[in-house]
Amino acid sequence: MSPTAMQDDDHPQLVLPGDRILYDPSSQKIKIGPGLQQEDTLLIGTKLGVLHKAAGNRWWIDSNQRRYIPATNENILGIVTHRISEGYRVDIGAAQPATLDQFAFEGATKRNKPNLEVGTLVYAKVTVANKDMEPEIECLNQSTKKADGYGEIKGGHLFRVSLAMARSLLDPSSPLLKLLSQSFPFEIAVGMNGRIWINAAQTIQVITAANILQKADGKPVDKVEKLIRAELKQMKERMDVT
Amino acid sequence: MVRETEPIANNERAFVKNVILEGLRVDNRSAHDVRTVKINFGSQWGHSEVQLGKTRVAATVSCEMVRPSPAQPTEGIIQFSTEFSPMASPSIESGRLSEEEVLISRLLEKALKRSRAIDTEGLCIVAGEKVWAVRVDIRVLDHNGNVLDCACIAAVAALQHFRRPDVTVVGEEVTIHSLDERSPIPLSIFHIPICVTFAFFSNGERQVVDPSLLEEQIQEGDMTFVINIHRELCTLSKAGGIPIEGSQILHCANIAAIKAAEITELIKAANMESQTRKEKKKESKRE
Repeated sequence: MSPTAMQDDDHPQLVLPGDRILYDPSSQKIKIGPGLQQEDTLLIGTKLGVLHKAAGNRWWIDSNQRRYIPATNENILGIVTHRISEGYRVDIGAAQPATLDQFAFEGATKRNKPNLEVGTLVYAKVTVANKDMEPEIECLNQSTKKADGYGEIKGGHLFRVSLAMARSLLDPSSPLLKLLSQSFPFEIAVGMNGRIWINAAQTIQVITAANILQKADGKPVDKVEKLIRAELKQMKERMDVT
Repeated sequence: MVRETEPIANNERAFVKNVILEGLRVDNRSAHDVRTVKINFGSQWGHSEVQLGKTRVAATVSCEMVRPSPAQPTEGIIQFSTEFSPMASPSIESGRLSEEEVLISRLLEKALKRSRAIDTEGLCIVAGEKVWAVRVDIRVLDHNGNVLDCACIAAVAALQHFRRPDVTVVGEEVTIHSLDERSPIPLSIFHIPICVTFAFFSNGERQVVDPSLLEEQIQEGDMTFVINIHRELCTLSKAGGIPIEGSQILHCANIAAIKAAEITELIKAANMESQTRKEKKKESKRE
């Protein structure tokens, strides 16, 4: 197959694994993101998805999957599965469990460190993500040495969505959370590994929000609005009954 | 290496329990709501695919002519085989049976075979010589809780949909007519057993119908009723879990009877629809 030339962003280009993508190697440095691999002067797609290009000659493929592949600096929600001598083993939905050092918390010292039980939910950042090594995570912002929201999460409810859905929720222009927040206040933590934690004043609000987000997964934006209205209406009716 | 099912966070566990105590459910159903049932039939006779929420099971019925067992020379043979494909859940390993799989396959066999739902004598061709052996292959494609109920619906729907070739017996000679030659014959089914599973929470005080995978993993005990539209209880299974009051069992049985009637209607409707579609296809072919 002949290499396909990059098109502008108005005409999204679908890439299949193995597709070769042409670019101008002489122009400037190129930065490649998820789903792309470089081979000499060629870019090769490794995932099915839409090819994107942004300022700074950054290229990546926007794809969707459910299995999380760790990448450094991504925020994730993990569940503690084991306690080990140096810290904790945490399930982050990836092929391998991640390790969380016992000192990777705000203000943790030898004497004073958090004691997490098995099953604890933590919001953490991926610090080491190599292909052939166990990933490492930490509950600490290295630049400020503060927790900054990382750490154990209490109460609320956890559920799972696709990775593309989780990414779209983190997009500040995403209409979904805005629409939801107009009807009731809630707290949310979105992990890049497709796990979402949510909490609100009332149980039924948590259930409704979780259901909306799960149902909206993979739906186009215009249909999502209708879905939200229907679900919220149903919630109000049920709240009135009780 | 087989992955275990994703671990459950303590937050989820507490939330599910709380929600059920409040009389709600995590997926916005009420305690006695069954997830949406979708029944599809394949182009062949006796192939069904059933979705119960996100749980998905396919069943295929086939038959062959065999020699009957000497103990029951006039009875046909029905065999069930359940297979959990690793595609259904990452915790399932192919070729190795987990405890859950064994329980489900055995209960399914009990529900459908021992309740004598299918007329085995009608499967006899020549006594002591030739009978039909009907085989039901059940394959779990997606495991999102309550596989048993879903598999039961799939098996029953496939059995109802199935047609065996017509045969004529002249003396000792048996002729099998192809499907084009003579219209095939449905199995004679006495009654339709339906599985209805309950999960118990908060010391058995609360029960929910058709538990999802999350609820199944958190439940304190479960109980399965196999019941038909005539309110005849065929099997009751309670393998472990917390003890339940007698009055609660009766209450559950009443709910199960209602659910079974609803599901039976759904299967019948799906079957009718598939039949009319088949006839329409035939007519258009003739034209």
